[in-house]
Amino acid sequence: MPIIVTKRYLNPIVTFMELDCPHIAKKARPGQFVMVRPDAMGERIPLTIADYDPVRGTVTIMYQRLGVTTHKLNLLEAGDNVLDVVGPLGNPTEVDGVKRAMVIGGGVGSAIAYPQAKALYAAGAYVDVIIGFRSKELVFMEDNFRRNCSNLYITTDDGTYGEQGFVNKKLEQLLQAGAQYDVVIAIGPVPMMRAICQCTLPYNIKTIVSLNPIMVDGTGMCGCCRCKVDGQTKFACVDGPDFDGHKVDFDELMIRTAVYRTQEADATERHLCNLQRMADELKKQEGGAQ
Amino acid sequence: MAVSNAPRTPMPEQAPSQRIHNFNEVALGFTEEQAKAEAARCLHCANPLCVQGCPVNVRIPEFIAKVSEGDFEGAYQVITDTNGLPAITGRVCPQERQCEAKCVRGIKGEPVAIGRLERFVADWHMAHATEHAAPAYPMNYRHVAIIGSGPAGLACAYDLANWGYGVTIFEAFHTVGGVLVYGIPEFRLPKAIVERTVDELRALGVQIHTDMVIGRVYTLEELFQQGFDAIFLATGAGLPKFMNIPGEELAGVFSANEYLTRINLMHAWDENYDTPIVNSHTVAVVGGGNVAMDAARCARRMGAHVHVIYRRSEAEMPARAEEVHHAMDEGIEFHFLTNPTAIIDDRHGNVCGLACVKMALSEEEDERGRRNPVVIPNSNFTMDVDTVIMALGTSPNPLIRMADPALKVTPKGCFVVDDETMQTSKENVYAGGDAVTGAATVILAMGAGKRAAKAIDEKLDGNS
Repeated sequence: MPIIVTKRYLNPIVTFMELDCPHIAKKARPGQFVMVRPDAMGERIPLTIADYDPVRGTVTIMYQRLGVTTHKLNLLEAGDNVLDVVGPLGNPTEVDGVKRAMVIGGGVGSAIAYPQAKALYAAGAYVDVIIGFRSKELVFMEDNFRRNCSNLYITTDDGTYGEQGFVNKKLEQLLQAGAQYDVVIAIGPVPMMRAICQCTLPYNIKTIVSLNPIMVDGTGMCGCCRCKVDGQTKFACVDGPDFDGHKVDFDELMIRTAVYRTQEADATERHLCNLQRMADELKKQEGGAQ
Repeated sequence: MAVSNAPRTPMPEQAPSQRIHNFNEVALGFTEEQAKAEAARCLHCANPLCVQGCPVNVRIPEFIAKVSEGDFEGAYQVITDTNGLPAITGRVCPQERQCEAKCVRGIKGEPVAIGRLERFVADWHMAHATEHAAPAYPMNYRHVAIIGSGPAGLACAYDLANWGYGVTIFEAFHTVGGVLVYGIPEFRLPKAIVERTVDELRALGVQIHTDMVIGRVYTLEELFQQGFDAIFLATGAGLPKFMNIPGEELAGVFSANEYLTRINLMHAWDENYDTPIVNSHTVAVVGGGNVAMDAARCARRMGAHVHVIYRRSEAEMPARAEEVHHAMDEGIEFHFLTNPTAIIDDRHGNVCGLACVKMALSEEEDERGRRNPVVIPNSNFTMDVDTVIMALGTSPNPLIRMADPALKVTPKGCFVVDDETMQTSKENVYAGGDAVTGAATVILAMGAGKRAAKAIDEKLDGNS
């Protein structure tokens, strides 16, 4: 059972956790993920490895507190154990031979794009990065990216920080101005990755997207993460999670990621209600003790 | 010993009307009296064909004689001489095609209920044994890594540990047992039985590492570098197949693996667990094997109305006869000679129907001697369903062959092994079970695990 080494809040909705898993840290490469189960009653969820340090023996995950499992994970503190961490899973991003790269992260996807930018930059490539957020208070990892790329562009939807607009707008601007890239790596919400692919298609730039559909096992067993790429059914966990974005059927991906949306919303509400009730009871007990 | 001519002793079971509302075991097991009465039916043939019918050659008449004498522990010792997992095989073996198919009593009447007796003996031992068996041989300081903790891996571990080998099992999931825990449902094989079996392995000194996906976290080469002398690949056939018909991407379409894993391994049927599952009203399960029966019966217990769609006729169904009967008793509707052509979208990305055609069996036979189904023209019709579960079989997990391209595999992705030694194209790497044969049965996988254990034993001892 891996111990949580550090825990930090990167912004009001995203948590950073460094986990002690030497065997995973030693093998992890950019683009791979781990399956995490916080407790015995919990679900297994895939989380991309946002950073890894084979010397310290740690892997870093960053997650947005959205559903029951991420909320449960967030109840754990540094020094606590996470019940199960399995990995590294998925195929690493292919970065060999890339000279000029554009790495784009949307929202919490920026955390996932970070190891790619870092690895490419360390390998001597020219790396441009665009990271996009809804608003200023959600911006995170700025310093990490700044130290690991040639140029960093930040966009916010509401214009409260960096440039106003979506990441694809900034990319279009740069491409129109004549920027040249061997590869564009785009990681974020499905509509964002689709928009980036539409943007790069006329320029004929190879575009890699990292898909994060629902998974149960993450080892090729459940088929839940199936997606269509170039007309063929692929499993994101064993064939991906990286795919050629120009060949991904994004409409189908939208359907696949929404399969449990109703149940998840209900479960999260129930879970949060339970937490509230527990908190209220604790308060009551404390009140009684005084 | 007087031979009884009484009819075959029926298995006490939960009534269908009751069991469709719970996940408790359906078959309740013999009492001591029932077991003795059934054991008395054995003719003790001079040349027992039943033993030949058993993939691991359990000495059946010998253990049955002990049962009729009331020496249940003695019976257990006879069985475990050749089969380390009798509580499991007694429940899930297709006996009607193996030992019981060869029983002489079956020629004119009903065969001796060998499977039920095996289960009785194993359960009796679990209820009465006070201590775990120790390994038969002392530790020999040779180390074997077993990849996968399903039936092949467990059987191989049992024998090797017994013979003094240092055995380490690497399991990808958080729970040990492979298909026994993620695939076969609680009502057919209670997880407590698998846990007890695993406890026995631990008592024999077997190390078990869960959450370890070999191929990703360690390569085979790295395992050898860590000091393992041999590796047994028992990674099963876990990769689900789909039909490649329109609509398979819709919400409400599952592989049987996903549906069963959510329910069995992840306890989606228990509201104390977080695992989500769709609330199905009407379910179509496509396929005719044991996995299809398991999925259908789980869906029934989740409160759905269930249809099984199978493209051949009842006679060709690969499922164990008992499971088919149980499913029918539970009110599951069977549509034979029927094949889906498309899954219908409600225009919001959800399933609202299944388009099918009727089939007829041709005179030609396939490689397994089954008549091929052909489409009857203009026989299209639609079923109203909100969930479709594809139970079409599985192919071997690709992770190890992806990590080690030097390992020879068939076009279907099965490891190529020497029939005699079970060794793969790589020195000291052995493979067996579904990873070699494609999806088959628990007992065949166990038989392969035992053969591999023997081959590894011969090889490693031969090196000393």
